[in-house]
Amino acid sequence: MGTVSPSRRIGVRVRVDPIACDAYGYCAELLPERITLDEWGYPIVDGTPVDAQLVELATRAAAVCPRRAVLLETVMVDR
Amino acid sequence: MSALVLAPAERLLPSGPGGNAGPGLDGHLARHGALRIPTRRDPAWRAGILQAVAASGLVGRGGAGFPAAVKWDSVARRSRRPTVVVNAMEGEPASAKDSVLLAYSPHLVLDGAYVAATAVGASEIVICVADHSQPAAASIEAAIAERRRAGTAVVRASVERPPGRYVTGEESALAGWLESRRALPSMRTNKSVPVTIGRRPALVHNAETLCQVALIARHGPEWFREMGTDETPGSTLVTVTGAVRQPGVLEVELGTPLVDILARAGLEAELSAVLLGGYGGAWLDPSRVSTPYAPGPLAAAGATQGVGVVIALPTTACGVAETARIVRYMAGESAGQCGPCVFGLPAIAGDLEALWAGRTGPDVLERIATRAGAIDGRGACRHPDGVARVVRSALAVFGADAAAHAEGRPCAGHARPTVLTLPEAGPGRWAR
Amino acid sequence: MLASSSTALWYTTRATGIVALVLLTGTMVLGILTAGRARTRSWPAFAQAELHRRVSLLAMVFLAIHVLTSVLDTYVDVGWGAIIVPFASSYRPVWTGLGTVGVDLVLAVAISSALRQRISASTWRAIHWLAYGSWPVAMAHSLGMGTDASRPWMIGLAGACSVAVLGSLAWRIIDRNQSRARALAAGVRTRAVPARHAAPRGTPAVSRAPAPSWPPAPSSGIPTRSTLPPHRSTDTATRILERGPS
Repeated sequence: MGTVSPSRRIGVRVRVDPIACDAYGYCAELLPERITLDEWGYPIVDGTPVDAQLVELATRAAAVCPRRAVLLETVMVDR
Repeated sequence: MSALVLAPAERLLPSGPGGNAGPGLDGHLARHGALRIPTRRDPAWRAGILQAVAASGLVGRGGAGFPAAVKWDSVARRSRRPTVVVNAMEGEPASAKDSVLLAYSPHLVLDGAYVAATAVGASEIVICVADHSQPAAASIEAAIAERRRAGTAVVRASVERPPGRYVTGEESALAGWLESRRALPSMRTNKSVPVTIGRRPALVHNAETLCQVALIARHGPEWFREMGTDETPGSTLVTVTGAVRQPGVLEVELGTPLVDILARAGLEAELSAVLLGGYGGAWLDPSRVSTPYAPGPLAAAGATQGVGVVIALPTTACGVAETARIVRYMAGESAGQCGPCVFGLPAIAGDLEALWAGRTGPDVLERIATRAGAIDGRGACRHPDGVARVVRSALAVFGADAAAHAEGRPCAGHARPTVLTLPEAGPGRWAR
Repeated sequence: MLASSSTALWYTTRATGIVALVLLTGTMVLGILTAGRARTRSWPAFAQAELHRRVSLLAMVFLAIHVLTSVLDTYVDVGWGAIIVPFASSYRPVWTGLGTVGVDLVLAVAISSALRQRISASTWRAIHWLAYGSWPVAMAHSLGMGTDASRPWMIGLAGACSVAVLGSLAWRIIDRNQSRARALAAGVRTRAVPARHAAPRGTPAVSRAPAPSWPPAPSSGIPTRSTLPPHRSTDTATRILERGPS
């Protein structure tokens, strides 16, 4: 495991699998800072990594999705 | 007009009358010469050919333009034996280059497939031809049989006939069909991770790309780079249709100005626009028709090379009508997996049809533009991206005409029959 | 001593059984409404889904206690095997057996949900559909066992539970037909699109209900010309182009 340099930190990015998604809309309710719905009810995702306060909500959004369409990626982010 | 002195070795299509020696093995060898492909493990040869393909700068001719050497590398380093898939599906209705290659140079396609298979250590080759393309399939099957009789079949090759829909030619959809008879694209985040058929990696290449590989294997990367541009060397096939006297497939040097290509096909009317890349490509304004035909310059001009489709739209036609028909066709070709594509494409098609008929409000143009932006990049495959691109380019190139349509003053051409040909209600049946 | 502890166990069995039935009813109603995408202004939809999950967990806790106390109670002989093997109890095998079937179904749903990451989405969904069977089985078991079944409050409770479940089922069926009709009228495919389509050999790539976007041109009114398909195998121009003035 490499070292995390002080100028970068680990961030979490939200992605949606468009094939699995069935437009339930729970993710947009839980995480409106990153997910809005288009006119047909499907999520438009902002790929900016979430900070620590929102990670819990992002995890909850991934857990509650009935189609398991919300995916969380860990990325390295510059401070 | 200064003529480029052509290298003596043949490229994809024969030059001049009498240059076509027929699709048989003898004619192929007479025209291109012999090619030695080792049947036994030969690491030096493998390393050499990988190096040659990398040095040649060959990129795929199936629309994505991904570097071939990177693909080979990602497949070869997997532990399981890969399969080579020759993608001759030609799902783009306006393209005929792959059918031409299979009909006139099937042995060149096989050469390329054998070279690729030996280079990545594949145990078999699968050639995918659309179920409605009977002449192409017959030709390639005859070529395989000829090779077997001559004893020069390097790797086991077979022909498959997937259904000829638009998205079936997409890499992951084709691999999905070969694996489980379901031609559905999958979510691919990283193009340098190969598609798989079951557990085995698959090297999927367009038929034309493999023909170029066969030529590089014979004549080397420097010869390949004698033509074309530095970023995208070589020649490429384009299918020119529309308002031209001699529609057909041309082999052109990358970097040739588009206007020269149209002139060679016999442009016979004043241009309203040129559709480039395919029905998921982009319209080009006639003021930019001297753009060099290569991925970089075309992208800078707001267009794309795609699968080498060039359609000349005359001023007597209506760009709005043509675009409406394109989007309606693409909506019907959606794989139906992702909401933005399933809902967005018919919505935009409906907007365009209403625009053509002049029965819309003034905000329809804005709505079309917003919706095109809303579907872009939101599917698992690039199908909605292509539609977004062609729609946005239409709004730019046909802007004045579209505004007139929106105000209820359609252009003179709007009631005339359309120029573009599209399959109606299923594959293989054309607008009559 | 034994008799009083047995009585305590017996009361616990009855009480937890009734609570489990009510909680199972609640789980069913919430599940049906969530799957049918019911929306209320006061509750966000994700909360509904999470509530369904939590109520089901609570129901399982009470069900576990109910099962344990019924086996531990020596007044009647149920036997440990009867927890998961239907009709293996010596005491009232049929009605107890129905309860066992209910436990089996609930266990299947619980285990599949716990292993959700490892099994395919369609497998998980197929097993989850079994949950529909657990409620009528539980209701039959409750009424058939008979201990409190004849009491008016129990009959009322059973009636209320039935109304809740059947009512939400009816809502789901009616609403689905209405939204499908609306969507078809609007020329758009309905949302109830299965995520995967299996195409039998020889049929078009995607076997789904024909998208209302076919047939295209005739309904749009855009005239098309009678024309041949472009040169699939016709003459090719086979010349290499000379480069233009550089």
